[in-house]
Amino acid sequence: MPTNLLTPLAATLLLATLALPAQAAPTRYQVRAWAASCAACHGTDGSGKPGTHRLAGREQDELITALREFKAGKRPATVMHQHAKGYSDEQLELLAAWFAAQPKP
Amino acid sequence: MLSIDRRSFIKFAGAAGALQAVAGCASLGGRASIGRVVVIGGGFGGATAAKYLKKWEPGLDVTLVERNPRFISCPMSNLVLAGAQRIEDLTLGYEGLEKYGVRLVQDEALAFDPEKKQVRLARGEPLPYDRLIVAPGIDFLYDRIPGLNNPEAQAQVLHAWKAGPQTVALRRQLEALPDGGVFAIVIPKAAYRCPPGPYERASLVAHYFKQAKPRAKILILDANPDIVSKKGLFLKAWQELYPGTIEYRPNHELEDFHLASRTARFQVQDVKADLFNVIPAQRAGAIASPLITANQQWCGVEFLGFESVAIPGVHVIGDAILAAPAMPKSGFMANNHAKVAADAVIAALTGRAINPEPIIANTCYSFVSDAEAMHVASVHKYDPSQKTLVAVAGAGGLSSARSDLEGQHAHAWANNIWADTLK
Repeated sequence: MPTNLLTPLAATLLLATLALPAQAAPTRYQVRAWAASCAACHGTDGSGKPGTHRLAGREQDELITALREFKAGKRPATVMHQHAKGYSDEQLELLAAWFAAQPKP
Repeated sequence: MLSIDRRSFIKFAGAAGALQAVAGCASLGGRASIGRVVVIGGGFGGATAAKYLKKWEPGLDVTLVERNPRFISCPMSNLVLAGAQRIEDLTLGYEGLEKYGVRLVQDEALAFDPEKKQVRLARGEPLPYDRLIVAPGIDFLYDRIPGLNNPEAQAQVLHAWKAGPQTVALRRQLEALPDGGVFAIVIPKAAYRCPPGPYERASLVAHYFKQAKPRAKILILDANPDIVSKKGLFLKAWQELYPGTIEYRPNHELEDFHLASRTARFQVQDVKADLFNVIPAQRAGAIASPLITANQQWCGVEFLGFESVAIPGVHVIGDAILAAPAMPKSGFMANNHAKVAADAVIAALTGRAINPEPIIANTCYSFVSDAEAMHVASVHKYDPSQKTLVAVAGAGGLSSARSDLEGQHAHAWANNIWADTLK
């Protein structure tokens, strides 16, 4: 397609597409959306109502270690070993960092 | 690829419009709004969507339309049948959403107009929207059961598959059943709301019978060829906790019901019982009718943002959707759909890119007594080649055994998801 036939709108779309490579590093919005899934058991932002583990404001290393051990089946669990296996190591690290950065309720 | 570009175009066009709207509002001295989102339905899906839209993007105007004054949780409601919980324990108000700035409208949404972009209400003025999220839950297909297709019959043969007055009424019917009576649960073909729910119900009614009327029996009449969920765990619980109480019959799809003789008619045989609980086949709630694309029952969506495949700019979440493979119709899933949809709506209205890889999860607990529970879990990740959410291989699974500990986890889960949805 000759460039002079590109409408301004099409050019905008092309630029937008180029700006969004498929393998882009996860954005903070993406990590926030992933972390929101955990809230169904662990409370909004990991705030943790009684009976579950609070995640918000915990040490990042502590969270990463726990998630890695759940994924490897090395830490006793009823369900967390089954959830942790659903995520890549990088995704678990991003989630741990995200919850560590949330204020303690 | 073409379709993705078209979607991008719609979003960019929407963002441009929204920016103009912001400028317009500012010049008038009004509150600047990034866009107006109306959410229809205040269940696990809709209430979560409304909350997270405002939590994540306070500049949005978000209105939640719900006909009921309070939220009553279907999860845990089988405990009411067992006498182990009260309906009040599962009932929450919507006022917690107000602190996020959600506008609550208690009204019935009758229809929406995708051209005018407004929702028509039974009582109030039409609500205009830039994006619409439809979370209507389920309606029952009573037209498939002629003998129950009238209000009088439905008042006697209960579904109790929407928690509330029906739950309380079924508990009263169970209390009135004489010792030695037969209670029959009729289960529709999958897909239906809460796959393990009917079997949990049978377990908890058996728990009640064990205490109060030990000679009473339970008959499960299942349209499916086998127990749909947690089969091994349920069978073990029934054998160990309630031997001789529960009889399971597969391949029983209800064709009609004769009220006067309390007879359920199946292709294979007629079955009489003293008390019936008929869970009818289901479809997306009536408001979603224009969005139904599959089998005249469910609303097809794309799984990056749960946008309808029938009407652009309208998102559908919760039990009403044509689910991705291995995705149950559950409150947990609806809560998770809501967050993906909220993020996608915000992305569309602010002109940022949509999350290219949603990951959501599910854990469904089922009680088999007043104390013991077990779970099934799964993780669902977007697969760009299949353009759907797929269950991650190797993740998820079942409880190794039912336990008191999982019963405690189930109560903790309920308290957390209720707060995550409503507070």
